Amino acid sequence: MMRQTTGEKVFAVFNYILLFIICIICIYPLWHVAVASISDPLIIYAKRGFYLWPMGEISLKGYELVFQDPNIISGFLNTLLYVGVGTALGLVLTIMGAYVLSRKGLYWNSLVMKLIVFTMYFQGGLIPFFIMVKNMGLMDSRLAIILPTAVNTWNLIVMRTAFATVPDSLIESAKLDGASEWRTMWVIAVPVIQATVAVIALFYAVGRWNEWFNPSLFLTSKDKWPLQLLLREILLKNSTQAMTQLGSVGQSQQEMYRLLVKYCTIMVATVPILVVYPFLQRYFIHGVMIGSIKE
Amino acid sequence: MSVQNTQQLQTSHSTISKFNSWRNMVAKDWYKHWELYLMLIPVVAFYLIWCYGPMYGIIIAFKDFSPRKGIWGSEWAGLKYFMEFFDSPYAWRVIRNTILINFWNLVFGFPLPIIFALLLNEVKNQFYKRTVQTITYMPYFVSLVVVCGIIVDFAASDGVFGEITKMLGGTPTNLLSDPKYFRTIYVGSELWQRLGWDSIIFLAALSGINPELYEAATIDGAGRFKQIIHVTIPGIMPTMVILLILRIGAMMNVGFEKIILLYNPLVYETADVVSSYVYRKGIVESNFSFATAVGLFNSAINFLLVVSANWFSRKMTETSLW
Repeated sequence: MMRQTTGEKVFAVFNYILLFIICIICIYPLWHVAVASISDPLIIYAKRGFYLWPMGEISLKGYELVFQDPNIISGFLNTLLYVGVGTALGLVLTIMGAYVLSRKGLYWNSLVMKLIVFTMYFQGGLIPFFIMVKNMGLMDSRLAIILPTAVNTWNLIVMRTAFATVPDSLIESAKLDGASEWRTMWVIAVPVIQATVAVIALFYAVGRWNEWFNPSLFLTSKDKWPLQLLLREILLKNSTQAMTQLGSVGQSQQEMYRLLVKYCTIMVATVPILVVYPFLQRYFIHGVMIGSIKE
Repeated sequence: MSVQNTQQLQTSHSTISKFNSWRNMVAKDWYKHWELYLMLIPVVAFYLIWCYGPMYGIIIAFKDFSPRKGIWGSEWAGLKYFMEFFDSPYAWRVIRNTILINFWNLVFGFPLPIIFALLLNEVKNQFYKRTVQTITYMPYFVSLVVVCGIIVDFAASDGVFGEITKMLGGTPTNLLSDPKYFRTIYVGSELWQRLGWDSIIFLAALSGINPELYEAATIDGAGRFKQIIHVTIPGIMPTMVILLILRIGAMMNVGFEKIILLYNPLVYETADVVSSYVYRKGIVESNFSFATAVGLFNSAINFLLVVSANWFSRKMTETSLW
């Protein structure tokens, strides 16, 4: 170990403090919401601004109201459906496409690859995409959420790069043993790159969890809405729709509880991901790194 | 005459035989790999329908599209909608806002994660380092809708930012209804979400630098700062260039979902960008052809940006996307 000069020591202390402040800034907004969501609704309604600690008596009234709201429950179930089906379909299509495109000696591969990469840099745009979905008769259908964004090009390219690292000899020997291409892919190639498969599955799942824009374009009936779209309604459009479901709250208290319910719905939508994330962190980081490998 | 005829005959012969040998090759290729090609079909179909289908739909930018007549059946309109856009007072406003928001986002959003990674790299205590990483990556996992919900809450006149203004002796206002602050809010919240996450890639590049280079630099008498200039920065240069190209390429279409969630007519002056304008004209007002024309203008600029950024980088640094 080298000896540190005074300048380096001063820098180290300064550095630790700066990083600490950055952490506080990153965490405060989440902390603010968490604390407010269990505070006394009367107090947070009267006094806004910084919350460092729960105000007044700790109350779970907000969560009670949120979990009684049939809209939020159906939104949650819809999100689970879109995450589950969307991730599964996206993953299977991505694996199939990436596997074939990673194989050498196929005449059409380079053309298909060029056409796919081109779509990353040039798209039809919002309106032609919207008209396409409409013309396919998918308006207000759950398929409109799943199908048009099933495959993500970036994920496909990452997966293809991973498949390219599988040794040819491994694949050839499986075929010599009489395995079909389909079987070779699932039984031989996919297990070799399972870390990448896990990462891509995570990317698809997070993308689906956060999705609100396409649902807002294509889904007119509320019972098909995912959670994020309901959240927009509650958080950003100042809708009292959610509140009308809450019979136990008197008319005069609506405004007061609305704020509390906002905080609680944020928690309900965010905590599941934040709880899972530290355990999956290394997969995400792995994903960022393999995504950066150049062709 | 006859010489010419023979020549023509020969060329057409060789074209035919070229075509035949190509056909043979394709047939052989299919015979050998048909199983794989069958597996490729769903993905190709996906791209044809959902990516190339809309590209075909772009032609409605040059037509008077009516949903009843369909894309092909609608009357041609030439460049009418492009003219309409460029003649409108909003053209300059949305183009200027797009450029400015992206410019400031690049000015802060690109170097700060690099600096953050450099600072983090200097931390010797592994536990502290890992804790800082876990905490600063967290905002990235908060959904956009929730981030915007929190922004609205904080930016209200009696919200957190209002409180700060009061502490500094100012009069709190609702920041989201003042055009002055929209870009700051946009870039600031983007930074909040992405600072840690975007540093991952640079941390990886940093850990990939050969330690012997640092030792050699120390022997040559280079201090900490000089090592950063002469070893660290060159070491992460290729990563920086690639990410810069990617960001420049995405300049014209980045982040319009956030704008749609946050803006309101009071702040259109600074907040309305090309893609949010397309959304409003096309989806909200059903002015399909006009919005497609504006969108096409946007994609074309975007495409030019990527191609030229890539060309420039290949010339200057020998690093490029393709």
